[in-house]
Amino acid sequence: MSDLTPEDKYSAKPLRIGEEDPHPDKPTGEFISIVVSNDYVNDEYLRMVVDVPDRALTAQAGQFFHLLCPTPDGAEVWMRRPMSIYRIDDENKRLEFLYKKEGRGTQGMSMLEPDEEFNIVGPLGVGFWLEEDWKNIVVLGRGVGLATLAPLSQLAADHNVGVTAILSARNPDVVMSRDLFEGLGANVVEVVDTDGSSDVEKVEKMLEDLIAEGKADAFFTCGSNRLLSLMKRLGKTHNVPGQVAMEQNMACGLGACYICMRTFEVNGEKTLKRVCREGPCFNMQEAVGW
Amino acid sequence: MVDLSVKIGDITLQNPIMPASGAFSWDYGDVIDLNRLGGLVAKTICREPRLGNPTPRMAETEAGIIQSIGLPGKGIEYFLENIVQEYTKFEPPLIVSVSADTAEDFASMTRDLTVDGVDVIEVNISCPTKSPSGGNFAMQSEHTKMVMDGIRAATHKPVWAKLSPNAGDIVSIAVAAEEAGADALVLCNTFLSLKIRTDNFRPALGNKFGGLVSPALKPIVMRMVYQVAKECTVPVIGIGGVTKAEDVVEYMLAGASGVGIGYAGFRNPTALTTIIDDLEDWCEERGVDNISDLIGAIRDDDIEWDPLIAASHGV
Repeated sequence: MSDLTPEDKYSAKPLRIGEEDPHPDKPTGEFISIVVSNDYVNDEYLRMVVDVPDRALTAQAGQFFHLLCPTPDGAEVWMRRPMSIYRIDDENKRLEFLYKKEGRGTQGMSMLEPDEEFNIVGPLGVGFWLEEDWKNIVVLGRGVGLATLAPLSQLAADHNVGVTAILSARNPDVVMSRDLFEGLGANVVEVVDTDGSSDVEKVEKMLEDLIAEGKADAFFTCGSNRLLSLMKRLGKTHNVPGQVAMEQNMACGLGACYICMRTFEVNGEKTLKRVCREGPCFNMQEAVGW
Repeated sequence: MVDLSVKIGDITLQNPIMPASGAFSWDYGDVIDLNRLGGLVAKTICREPRLGNPTPRMAETEAGIIQSIGLPGKGIEYFLENIVQEYTKFEPPLIVSVSADTAEDFASMTRDLTVDGVDVIEVNISCPTKSPSGGNFAMQSEHTKMVMDGIRAATHKPVWAKLSPNAGDIVSIAVAAEEAGADALVLCNTFLSLKIRTDNFRPALGNKFGGLVSPALKPIVMRMVYQVAKECTVPVIGIGGVTKAEDVVEYMLAGASGVGIGYAGFRNPTALTTIIDDLEDWCEERGVDNISDLIGAIRDDDIEWDPLIAASHGV
């Protein structure tokens, strides 16, 4: 039974900072965040910091928000854009997103200025998880996928889990998330295309060494099909469990519309799963690359 | 206090706001209180489990999205055993949408769905994207009548017929559905569409064709609701482009007893409950005590047809 009486002036309108939350226990909300900053961090990536209502801060590493991006042109941006959380800043009650200006949604997003409102829905989906017996994990990501992996640094630090973070990028200028991982005590290795250190064979050697040293109780990856294949293969051979964060175009973000499907292989059988609801973080061994 | 309730045949809805089938599931309970809705409309189910259509299943256009999901689901058995109970946790009536390839299977599935917990059976005789060859009975009135006759004989539960905007003459389809015993007419499914990518010359959707979902459809469906409501006596439910309370009012003025909302819930998960609140405010401000008074209340009986006089009235 609902405890609402018809007399109650109940509203499910997007929640603003400082307003009383009508549904503090619901896992997801539609919030009006306020832009604190939205600037380039290097030639390619922007970082947006927003003030959010408290419930938005229940977000976990690997979860995402569904962003209502303003239009960059004369036409409407019809659908929200799913974006993983770069940083959950409980102390200042802020969320951070790290993104690359690619399509119309992120173009519109990049035009938002401090103090402007930004409608966000979340937190959504299944984030990364840590098993009790994992003492050391290996995080391997590339490009903007490193933004998705970044909150793992905090999650691992909170659980006293050691992290080796292998950050891959085209060149040293666009290696993301180094500060976040380093600041929380991770062992950070940068590999880049410009000096060949990001070659799959070299990364494979690195991973094998880590496995041999007992530093790889679990693998985490995002952002590169090649790196996913590599970790999946090594994980299978050496019995290292792992997780991968996937992306797909979405409509509702809540699991209702079945638009964001991807293929997975579960017990030898191919199946479709919703990235928004069963993911975006999945068992690496079930993921089918792209 | 405003009475927002509406009657759709023997069913009373606490307000005229429902989700549109396919755009909703109990997952929305993560964000809003589902007990506030007029009805809960489940995603269309089919007899056998279906994966649905190839991805991409959605693409943006200048005037809305096109989508082609292909009715994925775990089949009717799973639905009856596991999904009905997800909805009966909530108070609003459960409207179960069903699709089949043949008239016989439509009838037998309708019979199978005639169980406790299911309040209304919405027959999706108009899915534009399930199969390029069949499944859309609502393109022609004789097919509509044939499939609806079998459905009607299979259940005593209220049956709502979901019609297609792609039919040439929506009114004759609606009349056929009503004559065959539909308890309400749902107008309408999505508009068959195509988007071609200019970067690689390929269709933007995995299934090639998709259904257009957009506020741009509102005036078109509005016209259909108006025409059908004039010809038919059973209640009409309007679906297409509702994003705000005034859109609901407009559909009701055209003759609808309720509305279905799809896209707006994608854009704003809180849209449905917000619209209910705004609708109550709208009625309160205008002294409308019973929202059902708005049904068919369009003032079109004293239209000035003389252009010289009309133009002298100003705007």
